[in-house]
Amino acid sequence: MVKLIANTPCGDLLPRAIGTVSLDEVIVDQITFVAPFNGQQKAVSDALKAAIGIGFPAPNRCIGTGPRAMWCGMGQALVMGASCPDLAAQCVDQSDAWAIVKVHGVDAAAVLARLTPLDLRASEFKRGHTARTLIGHMTGGITRSGAQSFEVMVMRSMAATLVHELTQAAENMHGRETSLR
Amino acid sequence: MRLPCPLCGERDRREFYYQGHATMLDRPARDAGIDAWDDYLHNRDNIAGEVEDLWHHEAGCGAWIKVTRNTVTHEVSGAKLVNGARK
Repeated sequence: MVKLIANTPCGDLLPRAIGTVSLDEVIVDQITFVAPFNGQQKAVSDALKAAIGIGFPAPNRCIGTGPRAMWCGMGQALVMGASCPDLAAQCVDQSDAWAIVKVHGVDAAAVLARLTPLDLRASEFKRGHTARTLIGHMTGGITRSGAQSFEVMVMRSMAATLVHELTQAAENMHGRETSLR
Repeated sequence: MRLPCPLCGERDRREFYYQGHATMLDRPARDAGIDAWDDYLHNRDNIAGEVEDLWHHEAGCGAWIKVTRNTVTHEVSGAKLVNGARK
């Protein structure tokens, strides 16, 4: 029997630490894309709550700490870290489809500000806020997971580009700080 | 330029795709006649003042929005979801 080796989206590109910023891959075993059928959002939310303890998220919000529900577009969310129950929704298994990188550190927001047009100030973009936006030339998602940490996600095929862009931005930030010293 | 997406809040213009005048929402009936269709497809007023445009939040939530914008002052005074029901 052939034994296959599972590779994570970012593989051996991560972890990295550059200046004050660290880049670590976030591995989520199960991700299901959920798009409730017309008029079924409340029913879907109730069914999710009964099954995994969290409802369908409001726009631009990510809820839950164990299993999570992350809004990812109009009428769409990702159920992460739990198997998805039967719902009155279009459900698509997207486990392994996303590359997720945790950007953590004092300069995390400054590094991301080089790549995204999003307003990442803590007063505007709080813990539990998520947004679909641009990361360099890629469309993806950014979620604030803490005071100095963000989760950045793009489709798996763009994992290496994401790591490259984040690394470049972090190196530029770091270079700027060390040359000014 | 920033556009107020009704779902996402104020976002940078780079996240949006510009479609054109909101006339596109008022599709004539199939049998409306050649003049109505000609107007719908080709004829637009070049207004100095308030206009309604269609924009697609393509790098964001994916919603089509109708933006009210002033071509003289460049003020963006509001935006509505084209499909108002879903969030």
